[in-house]
Amino acid sequence: MKKKETACVISQEELAADIYSLRLRVSFAEEVKAGQFLSLFSADGMRLLPRPISVCETDPANGAVRVVYRIAGQGTREFSRLKAGDMISVMGPLGNGFPLEELKGKRVLMIGGGIGIPPMLFLGRTLKATGNTGCAFAAGYRTSDTYLLEELRETARVLVATDDGSLGVHGTVLDAVREAGYHADVICACGPRPMLKAVKGFAEEEGIPAYISLEERMACGLGVCLGCVTPTRETDSHSNVRNARVCTDGPVFNAREVEL
Amino acid sequence: MKNVTEPRMEIEIAGVRMKNPVMVSSGTFGSGMEYAEMLDLSKLGAITTKGISAVPWEGNAVPRVCETPAGMLNAIGLQNPGAEVFLKRDLPFLKKQDTVVIVNVAGHEPDEYYRVLDMLRDAEGIDMVEINLSCPNVKAGGLTLGTDPAMVEEVTRECKRRIGIPVIIKLTPNVTDIRTIARAAEAGGADAVSLINTLTGMKIDVERQTFVLANRTGGLSGPAVKPVAVRMVYEVSRAVSIPVIGMGGIACAEDALEFLLAGAMAVSVGMANFINPYVTAEVIDGIRDYLIRKQIPDVRELTGAVR
Ligand SMILES: Cc1cc2nc3c(=O)[nH]c(=O)nc-3n(C[C@H](O)[C@H](O)[C@H](O)COP(=O)(O)OP(=O)(O)OC[C@H]3O[C@@H](n4cnc5c(N)ncnc54)[C@H](O)[C@@H]3O)c2cc1C
Ligand SMILES: Cc1cc2nc3c(=O)[nH]c(=O)nc-3n(C[C@H](O)[C@H](O)[C@H](O)COP(=O)(O)O)c2cc1C
Ligand code: FES
Repeated sequence: MKKKETACVISQEELAADIYSLRLRVSFAEEVKAGQFLSLFSADGMRLLPRPISVCETDPANGAVRVVYRIAGQGTREFSRLKAGDMISVMGPLGNGFPLEELKGKRVLMIGGGIGIPPMLFLGRTLKATGNTGCAFAAGYRTSDTYLLEELRETARVLVATDDGSLGVHGTVLDAVREAGYHADVICACGPRPMLKAVKGFAEEEGIPAYISLEERMACGLGVCLGCVTPTRETDSHSNVRNARVCTDGPVFNAREVEL
Repeated sequence: MKNVTEPRMEIEIAGVRMKNPVMVSSGTFGSGMEYAEMLDLSKLGAITTKGISAVPWEGNAVPRVCETPAGMLNAIGLQNPGAEVFLKRDLPFLKKQDTVVIVNVAGHEPDEYYRVLDMLRDAEGIDMVEINLSCPNVKAGGLTLGTDPAMVEEVTRECKRRIGIPVIIKLTPNVTDIRTIARAAEAGGADAVSLINTLTGMKIDVERQTFVLANRTGGLSGPAVKPVAVRMVYEVSRAVSIPVIGMGGIACAEDALEFLLAGAMAVSVGMANFINPYVTAEVIDGIRDYLIRKQIPDVRELTGAVR
């Protein structure tokens, strides 16, 4: 069940320049699944709208969730100053998450670009726990100042690409996949729009389905304001027009069903 | 003297009784389904639906929303599934919630409002309609109907003719003198007026040197607009004798009390629902606590108490 609550910060650390890992005690850790997100709220009444952040890990035994985020503005900068014992307002779990039933037993290529990597780690760990084999990550970083890379490697095979060529393949995540000659049954991806567009095209070439996690500006995160829509190929069953809500119908969509 | 422990919270607008004077604003609560898992909808005085048009509307391109200091801008473009789907899917749900149902009506031009009313007329379970006169009017070059007193009066009169249930006229604050518009609505036969709709605003992205919203302009709401809204409610409640429903930036009981004291018979909570899904329950409890603390036996005594 969705909840808004005040969460206690368990710990926070900087993983790379401007990238932080934040652990929070929440009442709904058990319910969260890969691809879902939380709304984090600023303590400053000037900044009222939620900051949607994907869950990177859940630890039901300790009633904890972990998010990994990049400082992108005032809100995330404020979060980066939180210390163990501080409180923060959160709402969750939000969104649909990756279609785990669909992925069962499949070789899944998990593509994460930029700050899209954290939810892929969650997915990778979930698939490892459910016994999927032959899965791989393709992780795209700007430079060799990577984050979460060790944790990805502990989970599955990792193909790395960097924008500047300082680590792994010099180029895009798809260059890394092609160079490795890796073939999957299905793709899951999260990252910047241009990357997701390329992933959609790549999946079509390979003749396999792709599930992509989209970002859009949100005001409610609950499916009521219709602020966060994304154009769809067909008329959406809820909206009765050709768009769907990223916060509730997504953020994960079958790439074939959305217009990027 | 008798000790007030159970103050009366019930109000009545145009013969429609509400459990309390706290409702939710159009476009900030969908048709209530999404909030049902977090909130007991039967506690609400009323639910106002998202604006409904005769045919489905796709709305504007994204970005449709952005944050502004203590508020937000929205340019949703009145996306909605159309009256047919609303009646088939949303209304049956709303009917079961044991609260007053107010259907907000959207249109590009007068005839479109009338078409919606014709579609709603025979439906069971709608207690009132609220006519959103802030929609851009295609024929008037995008200007809103709600800025022209003559149009407001005419449209109100025709809406009243088309439908038997009470009609609330929702006023736009983007006018020189909102009292003129409120009086026009009253002259046209409106059963109540609600205000304020959003204030037109704009945000510029200085890095990219462009507009933040795809629509360029958007409607400002949230705590930032509250002082403007309270002032307008005060003015309108003194200019007309029909009930006034006040809204704009309500986020706690104290905010709601300001509106009641300024002259509102009821209040409506908008974007605060996004940030705190439990806000309406807190506002209701807070008003009750206030009445007990002040030993006021009836919430209706608050309306316009500040003179
Ligand atoms: C479903 C989803 C999952 C996300 N997961 C992560 C994650 O795991 N890690 C991470 O670092 N970032 C993630 N983001 C992006 C993150 O929401 C933004 O970076 C963050 O909101 C920026 O807030 P700010 O106050 O620092 O920036 P500002 O630019 O000051 O924010 C101003 C407003 O714009 C909104 N906004 C700004 N950028 C974005 C964006 N990219 N997407 C949506 N809203 C935005 C903010 O929420 C805020 O309302 C995710 C976005 C979505 C939609
Ligand atoms: C996202 C959003 C959508 C809205 N949609 C409508 C609408 O469809 N019809 C309408 O009459 N008002 C609409 N409004 C205006 C609100 O009902 C309300 O008048 C306004 O937001 C002021 O209240 P607030 O500051 O409490 O949000 C919308 C407001 C928001 C924020
Ligand atoms: S953010 Fe409000 S509907 Fe998605």
